Amino acid sequence: MTATIEELEPPRPPARSLTIRPSVREALWGFVFIGPWLIGLVLFTAGPMLVSLLLSITDFNLVRPEATKFVGLDNYLRLASDPTIGQSLVATFKFAVLAIPITMVASLGFAVLLNHPKLAFKGPLRALVYLPVMIPLVASTLVWIGFLNTETGWLNAILRAVGLPKIDWINSEAWIYPALSLMGLWGIGNFMLINIAGLQSVPTELYEAARMDGAGAWTQFRRITIPLMSPVLLYNLVIILIGTFQYFTQAFVLTNGRGDPNNSTLFMNLVLYREGFIFNHMGYAAAIAWLLFVIVLALTLILFAFARRRVYYAGGER
Amino acid sequence: MTAVARAEGRSFSDRSPVAKSYRRFLGRASILMFALVIISAYLLPLLYMVTTAFQQPGQSTTPGAPAYPAAPQTATYQGQDYPVYSVPMPDGSTRQLILVEPGRESSVFVDPSDAAQTRIEWQGRWRTLQQAWTFAPIVDNFTTAWNQLNFPRLLRNTFLIALLSTIGAVVSSMLVAYGFARFRFRGKNALFVILIATIILPFQVTLIPQYVLFTWLGWNGTWLPLIIPHCFANAYNVFLLRQYFLSIPRELDEAAMIDGAGPFRVLRSVIVPQSVAAITAVALFHFFFAWNDFFVPLLYLSSKPELQPLSIAIQQYNALYATQPTLIQASALMTMAVPIVVFLLAQRAFMRGVVITGVEK
Repeated sequence: MTATIEELEPPRPPARSLTIRPSVREALWGFVFIGPWLIGLVLFTAGPMLVSLLLSITDFNLVRPEATKFVGLDNYLRLASDPTIGQSLVATFKFAVLAIPITMVASLGFAVLLNHPKLAFKGPLRALVYLPVMIPLVASTLVWIGFLNTETGWLNAILRAVGLPKIDWINSEAWIYPALSLMGLWGIGNFMLINIAGLQSVPTELYEAARMDGAGAWTQFRRITIPLMSPVLLYNLVIILIGTFQYFTQAFVLTNGRGDPNNSTLFMNLVLYREGFIFNHMGYAAAIAWLLFVIVLALTLILFAFARRRVYYAGGER
Repeated sequence: MTAVARAEGRSFSDRSPVAKSYRRFLGRASILMFALVIISAYLLPLLYMVTTAFQQPGQSTTPGAPAYPAAPQTATYQGQDYPVYSVPMPDGSTRQLILVEPGRESSVFVDPSDAAQTRIEWQGRWRTLQQAWTFAPIVDNFTTAWNQLNFPRLLRNTFLIALLSTIGAVVSSMLVAYGFARFRFRGKNALFVILIATIILPFQVTLIPQYVLFTWLGWNGTWLPLIIPHCFANAYNVFLLRQYFLSIPRELDEAAMIDGAGPFRVLRSVIVPQSVAAITAVALFHFFFAWNDFFVPLLYLSSKPELQPLSIAIQQYNALYATQPTLIQASALMTMAVPIVVFLLAQRAFMRGVVITGVEK
């Protein structure tokens, strides 16, 4: 709040403000510059978080805001008994368990391949793998829906050509998560680039020393590359985890928000959207948002706790 | 010890310079081939999209139709068009022949390249034959989708929303990054940790109060909710720019200050010119974020077709025309054309920016 006041009255130019100590003046300027973010933090983050917590203990809706009643913990109790929430939790976790490892392994695999010392045309090839990140998610989802189509899609045509049975990727509960994980491969570009930078930061002397000791490529990768890259891998894992729990656009485009087949793509964010903006249960939707927040926060903290023991920081503990 | 064993096993010619460089070339060629195969498979859906977008509607469901855009081949015989079939001949060869008189058990064909147009009697059921196809891409899908979607309007909306929110995001992030990079004040480190922590915060937690606020302000159904929140800096951009600003020597600031420049002047004439690359990266990132954003426009512009950006419009278009993959893929191709072209032109800036936010802490 102090920042708001200071923005209205910027510090005077140096010539006239000799009475203000330089360190104070510097601090005032600092707050002037970070002011936009501080205001945004209050208006669009901290304030709304507080309001959202308050809304979650009411039955607020936008159509009749004047009829809002305090309902205590009813929304949270309803979370526990609502079968849709149970389904969406199961769906979100099932998808996360499949998609997160696939994304991690694929982005590391591409990074190792596209950082190989003997590979020519590294730049253009990396750009090609990064390219799908630039494609609007709605458009890329439409492309994948076509590509995975049971009758006319190319993936089933390829499976048929090698003598495998066709797969109902989009409409079967068993295959929808693999299908979405395949789609997710188009989003690995950022993680691949970060992994490449991580690979390049490993000192080459370590590999030379390991080779002297007779370590093979796999041992070097496991004993040197992975430990030295662990901070980078942790960063990627946290970002991928958060992204997975906020999954929305692909699922929405796939089924126009219905969550088919049999609610298996009714991810938490989709339930939140339906409750809040279709059914107009905004108090309940706020409670769902807090559940989502608590889950993501808990998983992130678990990851960090795990990382304290497993992640190696070359520059010492940070 | 293994090295010795291997050296003994080699013949003399193996160690000649030519053989050595040949082996090196082979190693390089094979890894390049491997990478190309993997990346081709990775981008195969793009080829599917391009192919489908140029097909006649219904080609993909026609049995025996090829994967590329094609039309059934026809040829003229005595002034009329007849279909062409691949006909297995008694001698074992297959010929492309015009079917002029279909019959139940035997049919009459003509060879299109035969000037005398000799009638060929063929024993067998013509219905079992494969039709011949010819490469025939069409652009009708693009023109249809372009007109049905009112593409010029969508492009204008998307571009304006992305441009305005990019200006807000870049200017605000620059100011905040400068504040964090160059000024000492109490609580700076704690505030910076809070800034980074907002990355982990799921946007859903603030979503509903924001929606209520914007609706209450009368902004629902306008572009303002898509633009204004971005004018208050965001963690990714601030982080990237701060890293860059920190790498600029302070002596440059001090020299400018001795010449009487105030903090805004230093930012404008020292910091900004030194970090054009980082600012470009932030601008491009944000532009594409805004170009591709789906959730927020869905909330505020679902019922306002005249204000919608591309992402919402093509999702609704897909809901209407899901059974016409040719139109859907044409619209998808048109939607991704601008981002892909700009990315290919500015890929270095993009890829460098990703690395800074991800690794350089």
